[in-house]
Amino acid sequence: MAPTKERAPRVSRNPDLIRGIGKFSKSQMYHKKGIWAIKAKNGGVFPRHDPKPKPETAAEKPPKFYPADDVKKPLRNKHKPKQTKLRASITPGTVLILLAGRFKGKRVVFLKQLPSGLLLVTGPFKINGVPLRRVNQAYVIGTSTKVDISGVNVDNLDDKYFSKEAPKKKSKGEGEFFESDKEEKKALPQQKKDDQKTVDAALIKAIESVPDLKTYLGARFSLKAGVKPHELVF
Amino acid sequence: MNLCCFRRTKTNRDRGSFFIFTPIKMVKGRQGERIRLYVRGTVLGYKRSKVNQYPNTSLVQIEGVNTKEEVAWYAGKKLAYIYKAKVKKDGSHYRCIWGKVTRPHGNSGIVRAKFKSNLPPKSMGARVRVFMYPSNI
Repeated sequence: MAPTKERAPRVSRNPDLIRGIGKFSKSQMYHKKGIWAIKAKNGGVFPRHDPKPKPETAAEKPPKFYPADDVKKPLRNKHKPKQTKLRASITPGTVLILLAGRFKGKRVVFLKQLPSGLLLVTGPFKINGVPLRRVNQAYVIGTSTKVDISGVNVDNLDDKYFSKEAPKKKSKGEGEFFESDKEEKKALPQQKKDDQKTVDAALIKAIESVPDLKTYLGARFSLKAGVKPHELVF
Repeated sequence: MNLCCFRRTKTNRDRGSFFIFTPIKMVKGRQGERIRLYVRGTVLGYKRSKVNQYPNTSLVQIEGVNTKEEVAWYAGKKLAYIYKAKVKKDGSHYRCIWGKVTRPHGNSGIVRAKFKSNLPPKSMGARVRVFMYPSNI
């Protein structure tokens, strides 16, 4: 195609009266488009160009093997989901309450939303034992308590950081099938421990500057007798 | 009171994750702070008219909810009916039927709920846990 030039946006010569019905008839449009003028310029016939000769391609051999039936392949789905919309109550630095999972009830600091839509969250680990972790927005209550997160750099953390390691290919030894499963949990790599420390260091300073916030984050949330969640203000 | 803890593990697909339910005694070394992150509810029975009942929808009374307007907060929240069985499944005597709150029923805070499989009739009058997720706060 020719390189794109700056074009004025196309305006239709035939405005819609209603969708599907234009204002002008076919003969009126013929006149408006000026087909008559183009024809006159070209001796009474609409100009026609012969197609350019295609460059010679080598003759293709019929394939040696082709399947017996013509089976239709489904079209590939290239649809990429958008990042989940963050609730207005959740901003970086908000204290969240986790509602499910291993750390349910824990109050935790929100760092940022990852490209997959999950929320990156940290205890901080020293305060309540919650490490850098991903959490789904639906399993979280956003409170109105905010922590100053300006000193924290979380740019190097994204979804790939949290992905599981691809399992090593099992060797085909027959007696070794059960033994290989017993490798169990791998020790946490030192790099992740260091990342946790750097992120938490700045956070803990910000937390300790606010009175009672440290004990607040260390305590767990629980519903008590007579407490109705639909009446609670978080 | 809180004899057991839920472990919800995610499969590769984010939707449709399956839930494992382990009693806290199974997990070694944890004292178990008594945390309740669910609201208590009672199964009242099935959706019904005078003479017919429709077991695919159950009616649930949520503690502390007394009007149709208050139910709006609970719409869509997950419910779990937990019961015990003699045979251990997945390492536990406890089993669970998951469901969700669908809509209010009437004006007085009763709620309709649909479960993954219909609740058994012995659940009438039994406890149901109404969780606070999927959360919208």
